[in-house]
Amino acid sequence: MRTLPLLSSLAAALLVVSVAGLAIGYAPLPPTGVIAGVFGNGDPLTVAVVREIRLPRLLLGIEVGAALGIAGAALQGLLRNPLAEPGLIGVSASAGLGAVIAFYFGFAALSPYALPAMAMAGALVATGIVLAVAARDGGSLTLILAGIALSSLAIALTSLAMNLAPNPYAVTEMLLWLMGSLKDRTPADALTAFPFILAGGGLLLATGRGLDALTLGEDAARSMGVDLNRLRLAVVGGSAAAVGASVAVAGSIGFVGLVVPHLLRPLVGHEPGRLLLPSALGGAVLVTLADLVSRLIPTAQEVMLGVLTSLVGAPFFLFLILRVRREAW
Amino acid sequence: MLSASAITLRLGGRPILDGAGFTARRGAVTGLIGPNGVGKSTLLRAVAGLLPHGGDVRFEGQPLPAESRARARLLGYLPQGHHVHWPLSVRRTVALGRLPHLGSLGRPGRTDEDAVERVMAATGIAGLAARTVPTLSGGERARVMLGRVLATDAPVLLADEPTAALDPGHQLRIMALLRAEAVERHRAVVVVLHDLSLAARCCDDLVLLMPDRRVIAGDVAAVLTPGLLHEAYGVSFAVTRADGIPVVLPQCATTAPNMIQFGD
Repeated sequence: MRTLPLLSSLAAALLVVSVAGLAIGYAPLPPTGVIAGVFGNGDPLTVAVVREIRLPRLLLGIEVGAALGIAGAALQGLLRNPLAEPGLIGVSASAGLGAVIAFYFGFAALSPYALPAMAMAGALVATGIVLAVAARDGGSLTLILAGIALSSLAIALTSLAMNLAPNPYAVTEMLLWLMGSLKDRTPADALTAFPFILAGGGLLLATGRGLDALTLGEDAARSMGVDLNRLRLAVVGGSAAAVGASVAVAGSIGFVGLVVPHLLRPLVGHEPGRLLLPSALGGAVLVTLADLVSRLIPTAQEVMLGVLTSLVGAPFFLFLILRVRREAW
Repeated sequence: MLSASAITLRLGGRPILDGAGFTARRGAVTGLIGPNGVGKSTLLRAVAGLLPHGGDVRFEGQPLPAESRARARLLGYLPQGHHVHWPLSVRRTVALGRLPHLGSLGRPGRTDEDAVERVMAATGIAGLAARTVPTLSGGERARVMLGRVLATDAPVLLADEPTAALDPGHQLRIMALLRAEAVERHRAVVVVLHDLSLAARCCDDLVLLMPDRRVIAGDVAAVLTPGLLHEAYGVSFAVTRADGIPVVLPQCATTAPNMIQFGD
């Protein structure tokens, strides 16, 4: 498939899911009223619901999905491994830990940027460690083991913070970063994350050619003029900014960065560079859709988005391991 | 002409190369031979700029450019083994060879597409263009990888064992392709080889790296002598001739195991 038709299809899908996401909720609104509401026209109550509640949630879903999708695609390209994913290799958990630390020690109250900054720092450290351990051979085993170790440590430290937390309210807040949700987010949340996700995504988009060259191995890539250190730095920094910012506002939403690039890869001829932009769009579609589904499931408490994606994503991950073992590409 | 001189290199504190060097003429195929562990691949990687090293590498008397893409346009390198991490199509794999001309954002143009078409025709893989690399046979894959490095259109070509794990027919075909590139497009081609008879048949000049760090360079007849080969490989060789070309036969059958001397 050529890139342009693929991108247009994904953009169209995103548009459809977005309108559905705005229209469907606890109070059903007609799609036409919703679209008018986005632009501030029509029934004042509809305008308020759309602009204060549903639009921020939708925009956040798009941002977070795009960040996770493109970061997954870039990390898989860099590590030459289809199992690399921010959630699986401990990057999301470490970003969550950063957020919890910011929250626990009260940095979060000092500045609205303290929380995303700490989350991005957590993501940066984790990505750096994974890269140091697993970049050389592109082997799945090392990568997954390093991811398990990092995730376990980050989750243990997050649990410790909750364990020692002074009041139950704080524990509830911290749980968000473990489960991941777009519920009750404010327009400010969407605005805080946006510049970091945009910058991180831009940095990742520019790595396409380098990731293509890496398909032939590190020596061949370097002999073609690719500066590997710069490429690694761009992927690590870009993923950390995008994933860190998204975890800071929406918590850890797993498996998006695994599933989306995997589904789209055959459509771009398996080229890692051409996979980046479609993965961002596909991630946005998937998260928006999953958030919609989480609202539609008739449970007393809303199913948390991160829980939902993990319920679907974890079996998919198992299936992928089986395939990778069989084919070894 | 490509000239490498006084190349010195240590890996993990251990000296691998100490003053090694060679020259490779344009329009000719230069074979780099020697026993395992003597540093052939390391020397090639050092010349390709992939390993930090001491010494001097020049092309046409000029030091190689420091900027990595300018260097990549001058010097193509084909690594050992033909692994491709994603199942790319043959055409896209060959097109990767144009990266040094594109940079990180430039789009491929007419020249790039022409180069890819020319190379696919020359290596006989045009019919495989839409196939993915993992579905190819070893011989086809070797030609695709060679096509990738040829697509760069660099005047210097360094190939590390491009004929490994190929049958004699494919070995000769790969070597014929390299020779055609050297002669017709006036490139300096350097090939690491293990098959000495193949080296004798397909190379113009040979560079023999010895375990004691001497480097013997010259034409085929001057390098492939029983005395030098015995010194280099620690086993006896019979060197005969077929069609005027040396045929090298290691004498394993008549040599008792305790007479084989390994380097190191």
